[in-house]
Amino acid sequence: MPQATVQQSEPSLAASHPRRTRTWPPEASIFLVLVGLALAFELLGWIFVHQSFLLNEQRLVVMILQVAVIGIIAIGVTQVIITGGIDLSSGSVVALTAMVAASLAQSADAVHPVYPSLTDLPVIVPVLAGLTVGAAAGLLNGTLIARTAIPPFIATLGVMVTARGLAKWYTRGQPVSLLTDAYADIGSGAVPVMIFLAAALIFHVALRYTRYGKFTYAIGSNPQAARVSGINVARHLLIVYTVAGALSGLAGIVTSARAESGQAGMGMMYELDAIAAAVIGGASLSGGVGRITGTVIGTLILGVVTSGFTFLRIDAYYQEIVKGGIIVAAVIADQYRRRARDPRAIN
Amino acid sequence: MQPAAAAAPDGCLLEARHISKSFPGVAALDDVSLRVDVGTVHALIGENGAGKSTLMKIIAGIVPADSGELRLSGRTLLLESPRQALASGIAMIHQELNLMPSMSIAENIWIGREPVNAFGMIDHRELARRTRALLERLQIDLDPHTVVGTLPIARRQLVEIAKALSHQSQLLIMDEPTSALSERDAAHLFAIIRELKSQGKAVLYITHRMDELWEIADEVSVLRDGRYIGTERPGNLTREQLIRMMVGRELARIFPQERSAPGPVLLAARGLTLHPHFRDVSFELHAGEILGVAGLIGAGRSKLAEALFGVAPADGGRLWIEGAEIAVDSPCTAVGRGMAFLTEDRKETGCFLTLDVLDNLEIAVLNRNFVRLGFVRGAAVTRACADMSRQVRIKTPGLHAPIANLSGGNQQKVLIGRWLLTGPKILILDEPTRGIDVGAKAEIHQLIAQLAAQGAAVLMISSELPEILGMSHRIMVMREGRVTGMLERDQADQERIMALAAQ
Repeated sequence: MPQATVQQSEPSLAASHPRRTRTWPPEASIFLVLVGLALAFELLGWIFVHQSFLLNEQRLVVMILQVAVIGIIAIGVTQVIITGGIDLSSGSVVALTAMVAASLAQSADAVHPVYPSLTDLPVIVPVLAGLTVGAAAGLLNGTLIARTAIPPFIATLGVMVTARGLAKWYTRGQPVSLLTDAYADIGSGAVPVMIFLAAALIFHVALRYTRYGKFTYAIGSNPQAARVSGINVARHLLIVYTVAGALSGLAGIVTSARAESGQAGMGMMYELDAIAAAVIGGASLSGGVGRITGTVIGTLILGVVTSGFTFLRIDAYYQEIVKGGIIVAAVIADQYRRRARDPRAIN
Repeated sequence: MQPAAAAAPDGCLLEARHISKSFPGVAALDDVSLRVDVGTVHALIGENGAGKSTLMKIIAGIVPADSGELRLSGRTLLLESPRQALASGIAMIHQELNLMPSMSIAENIWIGREPVNAFGMIDHRELARRTRALLERLQIDLDPHTVVGTLPIARRQLVEIAKALSHQSQLLIMDEPTSALSERDAAHLFAIIRELKSQGKAVLYITHRMDELWEIADEVSVLRDGRYIGTERPGNLTREQLIRMMVGRELARIFPQERSAPGPVLLAARGLTLHPHFRDVSFELHAGEILGVAGLIGAGRSKLAEALFGVAPADGGRLWIEGAEIAVDSPCTAVGRGMAFLTEDRKETGCFLTLDVLDNLEIAVLNRNFVRLGFVRGAAVTRACADMSRQVRIKTPGLHAPIANLSGGNQQKVLIGRWLLTGPKILILDEPTRGIDVGAKAEIHQLIAQLAAQGAAVLMISSELPEILGMSHRIMVMREGRVTGMLERDQADQERIMALAAQ
């Protein structure tokens, strides 16, 4: 290029400021909180109940099992939050999928099976049915949001109420029990944890290394700019909400398999725990920010708090009070972190 | 604190001494001193990243200085917040306006200071009365009840000025107030500024439009790379001398000279209409051609660009790309047909401010390239973005620096790079150099000319006539939603264009 661009090369900013400003991943601080909480319970354990909190394998297993279901949901919710949305329907979708999947997973011993001619089906049938129901609920969320432009909060609130209603209507409120052993296996042992970690790995990779992930962040960061950049924003939102619905469906399958029954009251308030896990893990409700690794740590923090309070034999009431405080503290910390990182446009 | 009305005996209103400030990764200000006298307009110029905005923000109490001293009317100022600065008589009008779009003009101006009646409720009649008085004093013809979101940007700026003056400010800081204004609106603004001057107020004025200096400024100070270069009366300087002070080097030509013979028609519009923004727009855009679109703010130029790109599709008329008729119903379609669109508002419709430079560069090309089975080919795309970053000369600590840390001009270069990566055949540029310094501007002009020379068709909207005249092969002038003229380059001059653009 001639003329104007032939200027003496100025010393680049990188040269005058060799130190990198971000050497720690954003999850480092939240991980320290997790470790700190665990150590605090360890210390309190020795003082008040004369036991170790961490050196009890069974307790840790139970703890992770308890939060695995929340974690699976939170992986989907994190992606929705990154797009700048929210999903309030997860808990109800857990109940609905638990009912539908369980109804197709009953063994021949069941007294009054939902579908008398459809007992002892191969395990893949209820699993696929559950995933489909979850994905369909997510697709409905996505359609409402992308096509009618109603706020995600309202759209998913509607689906939350409807899905809970459908779950109750499905068997007129009756629980679905006596499931096949193969189905129950999905919820036994470490299987739920494996499912959680596998889902976390898949979507961690998807968010970081695929076009799906790049578009998800872009849409959350600036939907208008995303649209102008040629991204089909409506279609992408549809996909993200469907993925979140399918993950809620997966959580419903795991929940019903673990309880060996489907109940319309399952998954109550799970959506809030999942949102909390994502937010504690650094996802920003204003969109464009959030990572699966953070959400996994956020999920574990919720687990440690619940398990720690039970371990210290503190009333369940206090647990919820403190949990609320932790969620708010996480968001405040996030605000400070962001303010520190963003010196506002320099010029 | 009462606004300090009295100036120091020597006529000095504000003095900044040895101000330094650094941000992580970016040096902002290094030992800068400045003095603004009562009743003067003091312009502050410099390239992007020179530290102008940072200095303004320190004076307005938005960011604290690392070291140095501010004195107002001879007294040391310790500013910890914009509120304190306001109370001391310093008000800032931001480049990106800070008004609440859903509230009325009156509510915006007096927010937090609304007059109340005996019951502690807001006295709306008094509110309107005060606002009307304030607007009249400034000769601004606006109804206090108008919702700000319905006003064009030029009018919002006037509201901002009225708001600043409602605080009895002695010093007004204006950060590129004319960057979004047409020439006529700018002239109105200057009239207001002169009026303020005659009332003894001082204005600290950042601008990238150099012509304005001779028109409005009493003194001009130049910053370069965070350092103070000097202060002069504009009358004692030539344009070339000023540019040299700003960039520290000679720019032989402002506008590029590469001209190419126009090729086949790439984009054709016939009777394009979008109610109520524009009507019956027809033109042909050739390969290798730069078609400038001139007009005042509100002439429908940006809406036309949005319609061509499918952001807000036209509701009438026909469009052809490379001879094939097409309905551009979304930007997706447009990008798929080899179009690119640099929007006029970097922040609103351009940058992904939570993401880094690489994310911002690669996003548009991922729809077509650098993806295998859904996976982004990280190494390849990073290499391409690094090359592009060098080609368009983005000044950044690295590709992984947050784009929010870059200066406006560098953000603009990122956005241009984003589109160049897609190898576009048709480029629509809406105010491509708004708010950008002379050096970066010349580079961007060079890039645009080069693209046209390589066979791209360019439609360039600009409110700066020198830019339109210097860059375009042909010029389309719009007024109130209609095309009022199509000028060949050699028949066009400022007077002709203004005659077609204004009534």
